[in-house]
Amino acid sequence: MARRELQEINAGSMADIAFLLLIFFLVTTTMDQDKGILRQLPPIIEDEVIEKEAFKRNVYEVLVNANDDLLVEGEEMDIDELKDGAIEFLTNSGVFSDEYVDENLTERIWVRRAAVVDAISTLKAQLAADPENKTVDGKLKSQQAKLDAIDFFGEYKELGPSAVISLQNDMGTSYNMYIQVQNELTSAINQLRDELTMKRFNKTYLELDDKIEEDRRIIMAVRKVYPQRISEAEPKEIGI
Amino acid sequence: MSRFTGRKKKKMQAVSTASLPDIVFMLLFFFMVTTVMREQDLLVDIVKPEASELQRLEKKSLVDYINIGKPYDTRLGTEPVIQLDDALAPVTDIQDWIEANREERAEFERPKIVTSLKVDEEVKMKIVTDVKQELRHAQSLKINYSSRERDRTQ
Repeated sequence: MARRELQEINAGSMADIAFLLLIFFLVTTTMDQDKGILRQLPPIIEDEVIEKEAFKRNVYEVLVNANDDLLVEGEEMDIDELKDGAIEFLTNSGVFSDEYVDENLTERIWVRRAAVVDAISTLKAQLAADPENKTVDGKLKSQQAKLDAIDFFGEYKELGPSAVISLQNDMGTSYNMYIQVQNELTSAINQLRDELTMKRFNKTYLELDDKIEEDRRIIMAVRKVYPQRISEAEPKEIGI
Repeated sequence: MSRFTGRKKKKMQAVSTASLPDIVFMLLFFFMVTTVMREQDLLVDIVKPEASELQRLEKKSLVDYINIGKPYDTRLGTEPVIQLDDALAPVTDIQDWIEANREERAEFERPKIVTSLKVDEEVKMKIVTDVKQELRHAQSLKINYSSRERDRTQ
C-alpha cells in the first residue's frame, strides 16, 4: 500500500497568530518605571533625646501652613524663591574660601588635609586593635571620604554639625505643596553638587553610578562637601 | 531614449513576505520579555505631583507600593483612603503588611526594601504623615515619593 505523503501544514496563518499575540502584549505592557524623590525616614527613638541647642544662624527654617503658604526664616516666601534661599543658606559663608566670617552666617569649619590624615592614622590604629568595632569603621570611612573630597576639590569648609534645613508642615498642607518644597530643597543641594562634579569630572551628580567604585568615591566626597541635611519636624496644627 | 521600453510590460516583482513572521516573532518576544503585568488594579484615583529631582527605583522586586487617594467607588465617600496590594486598608494595617512583605523576601535583601508612596497631589498631609509614622514604627525607613518628571526650576 502506497503511503500517502505527509501533508505539510500551511504556515501562512502563523504571522496572523503572532500579530495577535504581539498586539496583546503591546497593549498590556506598562513600561512604567517608578521614579520619585527618595528619602530616609528617621528611626523612632524611644528615649527622650536631649535636643542639641542649634544656633538660629545654623537652622534654615521652612514652615508650610494649611493654606500652602510658605514661611521661611520668619518671612513669607514664594516657592520659586525657595531654592535660591536654600543655596544662599548653604553657601553664604563660603565653601572653598574664607570670604567673611559673620556671626549671622551659616557655620562652616575648615577641613585641613593634615588633620584628616592624622585622624585616619589614629582610627586605623584603633581598628587594628579592635577590628569588629563598627563605629570606628564608620568614622574611618567618613574621614577617608573627607580626604577624597580634599583630593578632588581642594580643602573646603564643612557645614557645622548643627546646620540643618528644618521643614515643618501642617496636617492640612496639600501633598503637592509638600512635594514641591521637598523638591526645591533637594534641587538646591543637587545643583550645588552638580556644580562641583561638573567642574572637576564633567558629569552631573545624578549621572554618577554608585555601582562603580570610582564614582562611588566621588559621590561620598561630594556628600561631605554638601550633605543633604533636611530634617522634618513632627507635624503640628500650625493653623493659618 | 527607448532603451527600457521593452521591459515596461514586465510586472513588478513582489517583495517577499516570508520573513515577516520572523520579524513579528522578534517583536513579540521583546514585548513578552519586557512586559510586567500590572500587579494591582488601582482602587483609588491618583494624579501624582510633578517634581524634578527624581531617582529611578533600581530593583522592582524590592519595592512595595502604598497608594493613597480618593476612592473610585463613590459609596466610600470622598475622603482619601489607603490601598495596600489589592484592597483598601486602614492605616493600622500597615505595620503587619510591611512585616508580611519582609517575610517574603530573602533575608539579605530585606534592608534594601523601598516603600513607594503613590499619593494623589490633592491629598492633605495628615494621612501621609500617619502612614509615615506607621512606617517608622515598622522600621521600614526607605521611602520614595513617587512623582512625574518635570524640568528643574531655574
